[in-house]
Amino acid sequence: METKQTVNHEPSMMDLVHPMDNLLRMDRMPHIWCPTCGIGIAVTAFTAALEKANMDPNMVSIVSGIGCTGRVAGYVKLDSFHTTHGRPIAFGTGIKVANPKIKVVVFSGDGDLIAIGGNHFIHAARRNIDMLVICVNNFIYAMTGGQVAPTTPLAAYATTSPYGCVEPPFNIPYIADSSGAVYVARWTALHVRRLTNSIAEALQKRGFSVVEVISPCGMYYSRINRLGDGLDMMRFYHDNVEIRHGEDTKNLDIGFQTKIICGKFVDRERPTYMERYNEWLSEVKGSKNEPG
Amino acid sequence: MKADPKGVLTGTHTLSGNYACAEGALAAGCRFLGIYPIVPALEVSQRFLDRAKEVDATFIQMEDEISVLAAVLGASWTGKRSMTVTSGPGFSLMMEHLGLGVMLETPCVIVDVQMVGPGLGMPLRAAQADIMQSRWGSHGDYEIIVFAPSTPQEMFEFTIKAFNLSERFRIPVAVMSDEYLAHLEEKVVIPPADEIYIEPRRYYRGPKNSYLPFKRDQDFVPPMVDIGQGYRFHVTGLTHDDRGYPIMFEECQEYNVHPLVKKVRNYADKIVEVQEINTEDAEVIVISYGTTARATLKAIEQARASGIKAGSLKLCTVWPFPEKRVAELAKKVKAYVVPEMNFGQIVSEVERCTYGYANVFFVSHGEKGVENATDIVAAIKQALQTKKIEDRVIEYKGV
Repeated sequence: METKQTVNHEPSMMDLVHPMDNLLRMDRMPHIWCPTCGIGIAVTAFTAALEKANMDPNMVSIVSGIGCTGRVAGYVKLDSFHTTHGRPIAFGTGIKVANPKIKVVVFSGDGDLIAIGGNHFIHAARRNIDMLVICVNNFIYAMTGGQVAPTTPLAAYATTSPYGCVEPPFNIPYIADSSGAVYVARWTALHVRRLTNSIAEALQKRGFSVVEVISPCGMYYSRINRLGDGLDMMRFYHDNVEIRHGEDTKNLDIGFQTKIICGKFVDRERPTYMERYNEWLSEVKGSKNEPG
Repeated sequence: MKADPKGVLTGTHTLSGNYACAEGALAAGCRFLGIYPIVPALEVSQRFLDRAKEVDATFIQMEDEISVLAAVLGASWTGKRSMTVTSGPGFSLMMEHLGLGVMLETPCVIVDVQMVGPGLGMPLRAAQADIMQSRWGSHGDYEIIVFAPSTPQEMFEFTIKAFNLSERFRIPVAVMSDEYLAHLEEKVVIPPADEIYIEPRRYYRGPKNSYLPFKRDQDFVPPMVDIGQGYRFHVTGLTHDDRGYPIMFEECQEYNVHPLVKKVRNYADKIVEVQEINTEDAEVIVISYGTTARATLKAIEQARASGIKAGSLKLCTVWPFPEKRVAELAKKVKAYVVPEMNFGQIVSEVERCTYGYANVFFVSHGEKGVENATDIVAAIKQALQTKKIEDRVIEYKGV
């Protein structure tokens, strides 16, 4: 293991450099996430996946929106943008279209990407913009104090659903699939190894890829719903997650404390926006050069 | 820096305001256009798209105007000069990212072809009712630079100036056209590429690990880097320090927000651009901007013909407002006449800057009146009847 420069003493534990340090903004630690939160696990999986997929960190740009997960961009040492609520996909689309060499990663939460940013999500999937979207789903708006989210299961409590949630939740893989995403997977914060592999695979994919990460929210979702702390949620995932690769995304609804189906559901090829754009452009330019 | 000849269509053309705007953008080196279809702005994008292949510009039509400006900001960080065009309702949606653009100090140009509002309004009727929105539309404290062209030739020139100032100050700059100007065809002379000045982006070229995205240089503007150059920087829309990291102390209001205002206010004298006609001996001065400046020209001509000493102060940049000049002239003239295609917006700013030294007459100048200056002439005659205010004690204290 690499060590920091030391003077006149043997390397101790404090001098050890973590292999992920070059991908994280260590000068910003400690981070703002609560104990038992799953976002840190998702970030670890992402940084490990960057190395695993052999990505050049200089050519990866990460964009986040608002919320707990929206803070990820601030902790990852890439060209990183902390943008407006719901708009990281739109911002990332601009980056990708203006400079197609950049790999764009959008790292944000369920409220950010599926509620206020839902329109941008489906349209980026439809266009097949070449970007990876990592959506951390904790079933609640946590940063603002536990309000009901578009992913909150029916009957679950939140500060704005004091009698239980009355709105049916969105099934994120199903929206992504039906809007045209080329890669769709779902894992929980418990499945670190599988999540890492999945993100690494998605990073190498051309097109709109979505990885949903089910994350415990010990401070709001589990506390309001009396589900115990983060460890209890991890145990719940351990006992109730079923891995079914290739499952029809229609069947991936998540109810209140019901079985969660994880796996890789969609992996297909479709021309990306820039591929079609360049094809069109070369066609137009070619015909222009023809005589007559 | 001189303009890229690929984008400059040198020669004399007959162009509409919208087409002249697209030519101005291409000449200024704009290589990314984000669009959402809206009448009456769409011809700008059509002209741009027709020529995009010649200059290797990219464009994307997004799902709404919110995402359009988000994409434009993202594209600007890749090093491309970026622009969007819109009209009233779209401009309202863009306010969110206008604020983000100010906070991230991202250069970009927004062209607003104004139409009658509020709400859905009248898409095919001109108005100048977004002019206050362009200044105050987004939440929080900020300053912005806004141009108001009145001819297709100015549309071409001001679009280039807008890009130059946006790069110079790292700020979104708006160009406020209107439906009348958008579809008005006139002669536009496009000079050779080497006669067009293009302000280069201020780049940081120091060691990679010591780049601070918001460390201001001697001109009060932080130099930029592009995505993908290996600087691995962070920027946030929250109040931040020089490193771009969020900081949540009240001192940030002074440290972070105040410079956003100061970087424009301190240079206001250099940014402000006005055109004066017959102001030396004028008893009444007409202050106008954009399309109404066309009617003003006619009005002062008619007034002079009937022996009235009338002058014109045309605001090429509406924001920052030419406070000093308006205050100086207020002491000399009897009254100001302010025609606008709205029910009173810039007139209040003129009233503020006269410091009580001159009477101010407002003319709510409809679109039909743009061709016909009778309202303005009538207001000039009425203004002439007033007495000069002499006994003011309030002193103008400067910007």
